[in-house]
Amino acid sequence: MAQPEMASAGSLQPSMRQKWLSIGVLLVLVLVPLYAWLANDVYVLTYFGRLLIFALAAVGLNLILGFGGMASLGHAMYFGLGAYAVGVLSTLGLANGWLHLLVAIAVAGAVAIPVGWIALRTHGMAFIMITLAFAQLFFYLFVSLREFGGDEGLSLAQLSDFGALTGNKFAIYLSVLVCLVGVLWFCRRLVGSRFGLVLRASRFNETRLNALGTASRPYRLTAYVISAQICAVAGFFMANLTGFVSPSLMSWLVSAELMVMVLLGGMGTVFGPVVGAIGLLLIEDGLKMVTVHWPLILGPLIVLAVIVLRQGLWGLLAPNQMTHKTTQSKRGQ
Amino acid sequence: MTLNLILGQALNGLQFGILLFLMAAGLTLVFGIMSFVNLAHGSLYMFGAYLAATIATHSGSFVLAILSSLVLVFLLGWILDKVGLSILHRRSHLDQVLATFGLVLFSNELVRIIWGNAPIYMDAPSYLSDAVNLFGLNYPAYRFAIIVAGLLVAVGLYFLIERTKIGMLIRAGASNRNMVSALGVNIAWLNRFVFALGAGLAGLAGALVGPIVSVEAGMGEPVLILTLVVMVIGGIGSIRGAFYGALVVGVVDTMGRVFLPIWLRETFDPAMATAVGPALASMLVYLLMAIVLAFRPEGLFPVRARG
Repeated sequence: MAQPEMASAGSLQPSMRQKWLSIGVLLVLVLVPLYAWLANDVYVLTYFGRLLIFALAAVGLNLILGFGGMASLGHAMYFGLGAYAVGVLSTLGLANGWLHLLVAIAVAGAVAIPVGWIALRTHGMAFIMITLAFAQLFFYLFVSLREFGGDEGLSLAQLSDFGALTGNKFAIYLSVLVCLVGVLWFCRRLVGSRFGLVLRASRFNETRLNALGTASRPYRLTAYVISAQICAVAGFFMANLTGFVSPSLMSWLVSAELMVMVLLGGMGTVFGPVVGAIGLLLIEDGLKMVTVHWPLILGPLIVLAVIVLRQGLWGLLAPNQMTHKTTQSKRGQ
Repeated sequence: MTLNLILGQALNGLQFGILLFLMAAGLTLVFGIMSFVNLAHGSLYMFGAYLAATIATHSGSFVLAILSSLVLVFLLGWILDKVGLSILHRRSHLDQVLATFGLVLFSNELVRIIWGNAPIYMDAPSYLSDAVNLFGLNYPAYRFAIIVAGLLVAVGLYFLIERTKIGMLIRAGASNRNMVSALGVNIAWLNRFVFALGAGLAGLAGALVGPIVSVEAGMGEPVLILTLVVMVIGGIGSIRGAFYGALVVGVVDTMGRVFLPIWLRETFDPAMATAVGPALASMLVYLLMAIVLAFRPEGLFPVRARG
């Protein structure tokens, strides 16, 4: 009943159409700052910066959800931890930007190792519930920490200090974009490597993988930690973009949204989550313009997307001819 | 720290645990028989509370409000399963989680449109608004009534599952649905009944808490997440586990919030205790879950492997 979706097989060799489309999307994203500079419109950078940050987080989640079949409903926790690394350190008077980034990554790793170790002892439904519960733990932790704003959140006393570039929206936007492209490249290499092979195999049949003499858990845990750290970097950027951190960043609604982004984009494709994240946020903002009761429409749309869009938007935009065949032969072997 | 305070908080914990059990019982039954997970279970709880508050205000009868919200949410569950959710039964848990997440967004907004943004309140009936005397301890009568009602439901549920024909079919369906279906039982009908029963119990839980919490949009999610913790601690799919898990979580959460800050203040620096106490208290249940899982990944009362 809980069979993993069999859609990832063709993803490692993206079709020409997918290649060109992803280059096109990235090109548009590169042109955004140019437009902002010419039109003297900084708001557009904040807006698209937010889309990119969520895309980055969704790419991170996809590493374990799409390729490892680990449905974590708690990744907003790492997003929030990355943001709070900036918030807490700058409240304590430590402004160095590289320190903020380093601490964000280190803390996410330090939390992800024990949480992943416990959560990965379970499968399927239990994994979803446990990751959700751990995210709730940190959500309530930051809600009750009054020194750092409590449930009302914290306006940053000082953004991460990068010298003359501190708080420059152009610099932030371009760093997120560079980071996103770098992470996409990294994920592509990782998924195609021997490491990625074990990860993908563990999604289909972990017992068989273990029987073949490969202990899958260290691989899964490593992927989980890397994915958490990517989300923490996204959170680090989010704090700097908005100058504000609050526990709502790690609310379970954000975790669920990240999952919807991955699913909407297309599970198990490297670039899909970027499309999913941008798509979901644009739909959301579009609906907000139409009505204040936008969740009334967004909710059923999500239900519909889950039921109908088996391959996600990315699969719809750029159907991969190979996917079906490869999947079939893979199952037959 | 008087004995009365400890006893009173223990009863509060028991009362909270009983409510969590009403929630967890429904989710567990549904998960057991159709391996379906429903995040919108919290929304059903919310609908129960709103319906009870509305009916109580308009009819003036508290008992009518509780019973009718139980029945109405039972019917709502029946319709939900009939209209759409049954499509999701055969999909992956991930799909089920995300689709029902969409339902959560929809329900919260629907409630805001119908009942407005402001929380609404519901009064306990006058005959339950005083305190009862339990061995010298004055305890709010309404909370005591919740404990009694919840325990009665738990006993009724036990009787239904262990002693009736339909309970036998539910147990059989949980261990091998294909076999039950092959023996001529209408498994789709059975699924629908179980789903609606779970919905009704969530509605009942919502209706019962109406007078002691503020009834508002989004009230279901914190309870839903604690219910999931209950299921994880008890062992997913095990009714017995859900019962003990709910009591443990209810008591630990309630007692922790009251006594952990007090204990910290006595043991450590008061300033630090004030800062850390509430944070630690709200994390306690989740830490408990982590410890249980570190030693028993299957939960305290794991379900035996099924075919």
